[in-house]
Amino acid sequence: MEFLQQLINGLAFGSILALIALGYTMVYGILRFINFAHGDVFMLGAFSGFYLAPKIATFVPLPSVAGAILVLIASMAICAALGVVIERFAYRPLRKSPKLTMLITAIGVSLFLEYAGQFTFGASPKRFPEILPVYHVMKVGSLSLNSNQIIVVVVTILLLLALRFIVMKTKIGTAMRAVSFNPEAAALMGINTDIVISFTFALGSALAAAAGILWAVNYPSIDPLMGILPGLKAFVAAVLGGIGNLPGAALGGIIIGVTETLVSGYISSTYRDAIAFAVLILILLIKPSGLLGKKDIEKV
Amino acid sequence: MAALLVSFTGCKKSSGPEMQPAGDTIKVGEFASLTGSEATFGQSSHKGTVLAVEAINAAGGVLGKKIDLLTEDNQSQAGQSSTVVRKLISSDGVVAILGEVASSRSMEAAPICQENKIPMISPSSTNPKVTETGDYIFRVCFIDPFQGTVMANFSRKTLKLNTVAVLPDVKSDYSMGLAKFFKEGFLADGGKIVAEENYSGGDKDFNAQLTAIKAANPDGIFVPGYYTEVGLIAMQARQLGITVPMFGGDGWESSALIPIGGKALEGDYFSTHFSPQDSSPAVQNFVKDYQAKYNGETPDAMAALGYDSAMMLADAMKRAGSTDGAKIRDALAAEVNFPGVTGNITMDASRNASKPAVILSITNGVFQYVETIAP
Repeated sequence: MEFLQQLINGLAFGSILALIALGYTMVYGILRFINFAHGDVFMLGAFSGFYLAPKIATFVPLPSVAGAILVLIASMAICAALGVVIERFAYRPLRKSPKLTMLITAIGVSLFLEYAGQFTFGASPKRFPEILPVYHVMKVGSLSLNSNQIIVVVVTILLLLALRFIVMKTKIGTAMRAVSFNPEAAALMGINTDIVISFTFALGSALAAAAGILWAVNYPSIDPLMGILPGLKAFVAAVLGGIGNLPGAALGGIIIGVTETLVSGYISSTYRDAIAFAVLILILLIKPSGLLGKKDIEKV
Repeated sequence: MAALLVSFTGCKKSSGPEMQPAGDTIKVGEFASLTGSEATFGQSSHKGTVLAVEAINAAGGVLGKKIDLLTEDNQSQAGQSSTVVRKLISSDGVVAILGEVASSRSMEAAPICQENKIPMISPSSTNPKVTETGDYIFRVCFIDPFQGTVMANFSRKTLKLNTVAVLPDVKSDYSMGLAKFFKEGFLADGGKIVAEENYSGGDKDFNAQLTAIKAANPDGIFVPGYYTEVGLIAMQARQLGITVPMFGGDGWESSALIPIGGKALEGDYFSTHFSPQDSSPAVQNFVKDYQAKYNGETPDAMAALGYDSAMMLADAMKRAGSTDGAKIRDALAAEVNFPGVTGNITMDASRNASKPAVILSITNGVFQYVETIAP
């Protein structure tokens, strides 16, 4: 029973990592570049929720499901816009420069967001408001499942399905896949690559914001540096699953989440990160392209 | 760049002790976590210190001079304390250092003060190693063995617990020290430790550790951490269906604890240095002055200890009749029954304060006085 409980804990934690990992992998798929500021967009998602919740509470009572959905959607919209702005001003002017230049810029953007956050929001941790009613859904023996954990997993699955639909079935999704295969050829076919890239950033940032809100609902203490570690772990998850591959990023997130939880629960939390990263090295030694990273899989 | 320059000037260590306080003020340095993860501690401690310095100056100062308090922020970060303390000693020429709350950061500054023969008084670092650095390092709070033992006795005798789980923060010397002395005390009283888990400061998810603790089915959980994590731990424990009481040390005492943990903390206990509900006139006067200065805010233990650290330094300077480091040191070491707002303080041979502890409970979202335990 304890093992099952640990598995549930790991699944909820891993789902959040999976949402962040999707953003890394999408941007990589299109631009072949790691957007290191992605973890900080996740942080800004949580802070958007923090500042929006009291405003939304004036016309929809909080905590409530409807209110929580509003907070979630509003934060996703804010971060989507932010993602587009970051791409437009920090990355687009450098698109023709070496990849390393963009990478260093991404680190710069990341540090800028963290410390601008400390300056604007203050460095001390803030209590995220209760936007969802918490209650025990299920108690079987010693197993207890709270609604937040279920919501995290359900929202992640819904967002994954929505993302899959956008990428596979819509016109912009087809354009994204085309740019991912070959940007020059896509441009020659009349695809506006700038719009596609902006859209990719918007989509990835919105997912990061959703992850930020889900994270803050589960661990309601937020601070401007909260994105560093989850961002790093999500990046690892994206590499583990095969960077550039969407289902791979989700799978990688869940594997990292479950591994970390099991290590903290059964071995020691001191070794948690060390063992999780050792698993990464092991998998990459056996399969350098990541778990699902194949040449012929659809890329975004 | 600024940090580089500061640590560079810090190398000229001989300039510190020779520098005599210029003009008609005595410079005293304070380093505190005014921002960052333990900001509420640093802020409280700082407010208490400022109140004390103002009171001393209003009463005519020390040795006919006013005290000039120079405060530096270490942002609750490792590595910053040594930088700012070096700056205070070598470029500002302070005669004594007050700080810090966190033991790990006090230990960073202690060797620098010792090396420069500048007396340092930590208001609230309870780890024994802090004053072991050398004979210039003092504190006005009790130490972890005492606090750990007090909580072991309280949980075994007052709460009548037989089995306990322990969940300290591996990154914090304070937390690990408290856990160690709690375990020794609890085992010596015939109790059993059924689970030992740990976490790293800054973690947000404790479900794994708490699930393991739940499986061991203890009567209580000892969580000797800091308030940010304690609030989250309490919340996640209750969500997992753990209902047994949790208890900890003075790292819990912060106005930010209840906003983070909320109802999950009801019925939990912690040991600390001070209760504003204490009816003694010294405490009530302090509470009144503090509220008058800080818009009605009630002082917590960190504020009271910050106040006592500055008051005791002033007392030592008066008795020494000098601002010379060695003379202040000797006067501090000879402190007996100094009437602090956190109780009567006597310096023992290891420069630790021997004084009583207070147990508080969390009832209806406020800290309630339970009992005082003498050394």
